[in-house]
Amino acid sequence: MAKHRGRGVASVNYPIGMNLGGDPSQALVHATPTGKFVVTLSSIDLGQGMKSVTRQLAAETLGVPIEDVHVDTGDSDTGPHCMGSFASRGTHRAGNAVVAAAREAKEVLLEVAAEELEVDPRDLELDGRGNVRVKGAPARALSVRDVAQAAHFKRGKSISGRGMFLVPPSDVDPDTGAMRPVTTYAHACMIVDVEVDDETGEVRVLSIKAAYEIGRALNIGLVEQQLVGGAWMGISHALFETVEPYYPDRAHGPTDFNGYLMPGPGDMCPVEIEIIERPALDGPYGAKGIGEMCATPPIPAIANAIEDAIGVRITEMPFTPEKILRALDAKRAGR
Amino acid sequence: MVTAVSFTLNGTAVAAVAEPAETLLSVLRHRLGDTSPKAGCLQGTCGACTVLLDGEPVLSCLLLADAAEGRRVETVRGLADGPTLHPLQEAFMDRFAAQCGFCTPGMIMAAKALLDRNPNPTREEVIEAISGNVCRCTGYLPIIEAILEAARRLAARR
Ligand code: FES
Ligand code: FES
Repeated sequence: MAKHRGRGVASVNYPIGMNLGGDPSQALVHATPTGKFVVTLSSIDLGQGMKSVTRQLAAETLGVPIEDVHVDTGDSDTGPHCMGSFASRGTHRAGNAVVAAAREAKEVLLEVAAEELEVDPRDLELDGRGNVRVKGAPARALSVRDVAQAAHFKRGKSISGRGMFLVPPSDVDPDTGAMRPVTTYAHACMIVDVEVDDETGEVRVLSIKAAYEIGRALNIGLVEQQLVGGAWMGISHALFETVEPYYPDRAHGPTDFNGYLMPGPGDMCPVEIEIIERPALDGPYGAKGIGEMCATPPIPAIANAIEDAIGVRITEMPFTPEKILRALDAKRAGR
Repeated sequence: MVTAVSFTLNGTAVAAVAEPAETLLSVLRHRLGDTSPKAGCLQGTCGACTVLLDGEPVLSCLLLADAAEGRRVETVRGLADGPTLHPLQEAFMDRFAAQCGFCTPGMIMAAKALLDRNPNPTREEVIEAISGNVCRCTGYLPIIEAILEAARRLAARR
């Protein structure tokens, strides 16, 4: 009876977004009378950072400080249409819509500023600190607030923009079956070390090392946060979680956190991540998405590591002690 | 029949009426309007409802409100000093230790109980202190790092 170490590798090509009947998202941007901007969208922030990334994208495109951008994802019933926060599509799909909306709003902003300053809008730029100025003559400037005031109360203009991003429906070629369901893929490779106890059947993940190619990382803190959380979720899928442990027999299914086990803080191994930036041609500032893919590679990598450690292939998740011990018994019996 | 219960909540004397068998969590959230402790499982298995009772972490979803009578209750809402965040809150932000944030109030209170009694914990002691708190998002590592970071920042202040 002994503990065996093993190493497993897995790679993933992950499609960003999906495409059944087209994959659209919309965003609206408008300036308030005080020169702050509101992005309205229905792409929900569930902790992945949709709001932070939206603020960054809008501020960057408009050329205003990030503090001056507010994101309203309050109501998907009344907000601009979005397919939803899933399929790792938020940053890519909704992000592109946000950039488009911000661009259109910026055009109006510059038009109004041009009228106020009596110059050509093409000669204007934003300084990133809340002012519009004449290129090459920064003394001729107006605050965004003053431009917004002029638009609202003098010029009767709405500083606003509409953004739409649509990946059109992709039909299946009747002859070859080929289709192009997505426009960009993210990639990753992961190495996992495990220790398998052949007496108890327990698997301990000792380390996770991974490289992720995700286009441009718009917010490195959020990216790493997702990847570490995803590593935990992957371990959990691989070794712990199931609602029907004896499927199709419904018996012994967990009904609460006492029975529905997940790795706790003490079960987590060190996670080392390398981020490779290779901007996507059609992403907002080159971004792809990392939502779901971060939870997938630990599963095959752990299965491979178990096989490396004890020479048995477990093909059903989760890889519980029971399955490991049965597989070892079968191996010993020469089955 | 309802009964009256009074205790101090984050340093302020409060009183509320409670139904028989009403939990402290329910009194905090529904009668006193302090929604910072979260209602997760309501059966003592997730830790989202963790508050401090006389400095000790308790699961307020299991504790009857009567048990708080005359005692000191602390919730994450009372942690910041005006606009100045507690070092634990700051470290949680700096270390990206919250995603959806649902576990965060319980995590921070469990961590506060630890740091109050053991200002210089080991990594293992941090893990032990939050082992009753479930997080679905972060993978725990950023939370562990944030608590260790907060301990260092608190030590630097002393
Ligand atoms: S709500 Fe109290 S432990 Fe889950
Ligand atoms: S941050 Fe979502 S549960 Fe911990």
